[in-house]
Amino acid sequence: MNSKEKRYIFDNPRNVKVLIYALYVVCAVLVGLDFVIHRHSEYALEAWYGFYGIYGFVACVFLVLAAKEMRKIVRRRETYYDDK
Amino acid sequence: MTSSLAPFLIFYVGAGLAAITRGRLRQVLLMAIPLVGGINLFYLGRGDLVAFGLFDYDLILLRVDKLSFLFSIVFHIAAFLGIVFALHVKDTTQHVSGILYAGSSIGAVFAGDLITLFIFWEMTAITSVFLILARKSSRSQATAMRYLIIQVMSGVILLAGVLVRYQQTGSVEFTFIGLDGPGGALILLAFGIKAAFPLLHSWLTDAYPEATPTGTIFLSAFTTKLAVYALARGFPGTEILIYVGATMTAFPIFYAVIENDLRKVLSYSLINQVGFMVTGIGIGTTLALNGAVSHAFAHIIYKALLFMSMGAVLFRTGKINGTDLGGLYKSMPLTSIFCIVGAASISAFPLFSGFVAKSMVLAAAVEEGHPIVWMVLLFASAGVFHHSGIKIPFFAFFAHDSGIRCKEAPFNMLAAMAVAAFLCIAIGVYPAPLYSLLPFEVNFDPYTAGHVLAQAQLLFFSALAFTYLKLSGLYPPEMVGVNVDAEWSYRRLLPRAVSAFIATFGPIDHAVRHLAMRGTQRVIVWIFRHHGPEGVLAATMPSGAMVLGVVSVLAIFLLLYFVS
Repeated sequence: MNSKEKRYIFDNPRNVKVLIYALYVVCAVLVGLDFVIHRHSEYALEAWYGFYGIYGFVACVFLVLAAKEMRKIVRRRETYYDDK
Repeated sequence: MTSSLAPFLIFYVGAGLAAITRGRLRQVLLMAIPLVGGINLFYLGRGDLVAFGLFDYDLILLRVDKLSFLFSIVFHIAAFLGIVFALHVKDTTQHVSGILYAGSSIGAVFAGDLITLFIFWEMTAITSVFLILARKSSRSQATAMRYLIIQVMSGVILLAGVLVRYQQTGSVEFTFIGLDGPGGALILLAFGIKAAFPLLHSWLTDAYPEATPTGTIFLSAFTTKLAVYALARGFPGTEILIYVGATMTAFPIFYAVIENDLRKVLSYSLINQVGFMVTGIGIGTTLALNGAVSHAFAHIIYKALLFMSMGAVLFRTGKINGTDLGGLYKSMPLTSIFCIVGAASISAFPLFSGFVAKSMVLAAAVEEGHPIVWMVLLFASAGVFHHSGIKIPFFAFFAHDSGIRCKEAPFNMLAAMAVAAFLCIAIGVYPAPLYSLLPFEVNFDPYTAGHVLAQAQLLFFSALAFTYLKLSGLYPPEMVGVNVDAEWSYRRLLPRAVSAFIATFGPIDHAVRHLAMRGTQRVIVWIFRHHGPEGVLAATMPSGAMVLGVVSVLAIFLLLYFVS
């Protein structure tokens, strides 16, 4: 990279770290709020503390890891359909 | 004063004028079309405004009720956004086909009978294909033909269904259809093709990423949402749609995670979003239907915004693959911000438009006792944030710096994105105007503390999962390649099957024809031998031979006469 070029906000690794720590804090606060705010819930499962957080986290990890496995089956070279 | 001018006419006439004007004049004219259309909508009366009889059919060209009115408004907004975004384009074909396509879609939502619907249904196919052809690459030409065949097929199936239904019921009016007879099933199939039902969806992920940067904005808005409108009118409460819709929300997100072409990622997430609407229509309660159509309204705008941000990237860098992009927030800061607004809206962040619309469908699933469907929708909600909310902005504008330094998007593109972003936030913050347009009265408040908290938890922990996977190196890297999907059946399996068929039966066919040819040849030779120039039967007979013949016949006659 050109040394004269302007340094942008995420060129500094510290700023990235701050962002990630901010995310951790927000997540912790949101679970904490579960003990304060009553969520109306229809199902017993939904009434668990932090249910939505846990579900979101598990869902995304599952999604990505499953898709990674799926890629092994469905991925072909880019010209796959162009070859006759 | 009320108007009864069919709104599609403004677009059709406008397209004609756009074709014969150039430069600034055309730009002004193009922007005026949806604005004049909007004024006309404002004064439009209610009920069956234009109806006439043709042969035995009662056709209703213009039926205005709450459902058609809501879709026509958002189609006007989408047309306006698409036009402003494409204002710098000099290509007459793209402008004219974009306007005709928007006009045809608007014509279709006002169609009060199924014959009129069929005509506009086919018009949307024919007018939109030019937005793909205009890319002018050999790949886009092939894609466009596949797109056209499938779209026209949907129309043909629709017409077959309409005629079968007419035989049964004696009516072509477009009201509730349901799945009682074969006609209804055919019509549902036709709607299902345009709505991109699972296994019928490949035309969408095939065509949308191949259209021009500006053409995809039009494509993303109209065809699938026209199908959602048609399903909402014809098939509310049809139970199978609940499961079809839930499948649509879930399966495309797996493809979206591993897809490299960012416009194709958006195409997969489009199917995911339409899935929520289809589920809502299947549930069919007033809350669910309100949710489905308000989601369609919000979705058209934020999806257009996301496609616009990626279109701007493609326009400026000539690249759209995740592997080639990254760090563009440095060159295109405004586009980045608009993209993030679109991403927040599709992810249904509180204060953004997706939140006030989609929640109704989830609430209806709970209310009507579909826990499994609710779990799937929740999974899909987390998943859509993961690939559309994070992946799209992250890989295009952040991630590793690709080193690309380009100009910010042109002014007209930024203006279109700004309007769309404003609408996304405005609807999210103040949903009352949208709610007042919905077909049923709204008794739903998205902004309860518990609901906001639940959604925030779901989304922030999805972001946490992304961060965890990224930092631990488990996240699959972007890779060059194509991921085969249902289109494999007709792009690979069918041609292969045809070649295999020819390879197997070709020789047999050849042998049979050879045999037949030899037989025919022999017959010809045999006939030639007797009747040819040298043949005994072809020889000229002397007149004496004829006399002999006549005398013989006479003799036999006399003999018979004598005997009797």
